[in-house]
Amino acid sequence: MKVNSETMGDMLVVRVEEPRIDAAGAIQFKERMREVTVDAAPRVVLDLSCVNFLDSSGLGAVVAVMKLLLPGRKLELAGLTPTVEKVFRLTRMDSVFKIHPAVPGVLRDAV
Amino acid sequence: MPFESTPSPDAGGGRVFIVHLCFPATFGSVREALENLMSGPVLATIPEADRGTAQIVLAEAMNNIVEHAYVGTSGEITLTLWQAGGEVACRITDRGLAMPDETLPAGRLATVDALADLPEGGFGWFLIRTLSRDLRYARYGTLNELTFVLNPDQSGANDATVSIA
Repeated sequence: MKVNSETMGDMLVVRVEEPRIDAAGAIQFKERMREVTVDAAPRVVLDLSCVNFLDSSGLGAVVAVMKLLLPGRKLELAGLTPTVEKVFRLTRMDSVFKIHPAVPGVLRDAV
Repeated sequence: MPFESTPSPDAGGGRVFIVHLCFPATFGSVREALENLMSGPVLATIPEADRGTAQIVLAEAMNNIVEHAYVGTSGEITLTLWQAGGEVACRITDRGLAMPDETLPAGRLATVDALADLPEGGFGWFLIRTLSRDLRYARYGTLNELTFVLNPDQSGANDATVSIA
């Protein structure tokens, strides 16, 4: 499970560089997130823009990471692709997480 | 992985696409089957958003088999998909444990009062029920059979809520 993390001000941005967070990879995802968020900033933004597919195991792992950061640190999400967004919306988890269209404060390259 | 796709004429003069897969019940094989299906002819003709929906339902149904029907043991999953007239029907079988009471789980979302109490599982049957119709489960001897039709239009299909105090 490849993730890339970078501190930006009060934010730790973790970008998942995999096309899927599914039942075959949910445990590794949780473990990698545990490693990269040790001593993390109060705000952790999970960039999911590379992830095309997330199943209920992946969703459970994202919830687990959010709980891992409690109390005091917040997990926010950014860059949900359509199928991933659908899973969050249908399960009402879109009301639990703050969801950004893209990583906040990052200017997109001009198209 | 065995992979077959057979176009054949249907009663309406259109084409019916059938795919039949049989593979070991592991999370890795389920992933591989899904990746094959996403680029295969049965799902190629439906809109991309519906393919996403298909992948969600199929992943949940098959991962449940790996996790529960074959818990602590091994076995195989067979998957048959038909596509005709823009609709995709599905049959999934295994020879693992029967569903408790030979009944499908209700698949309701939990209502919780605090972030720390949020469930990390239990979303699977909710997603299957929301994104499918004509969902049926049957046990024939040692065989579990799940059949359904993919139902991409799930707007307002459920009234479950998750509220955080």
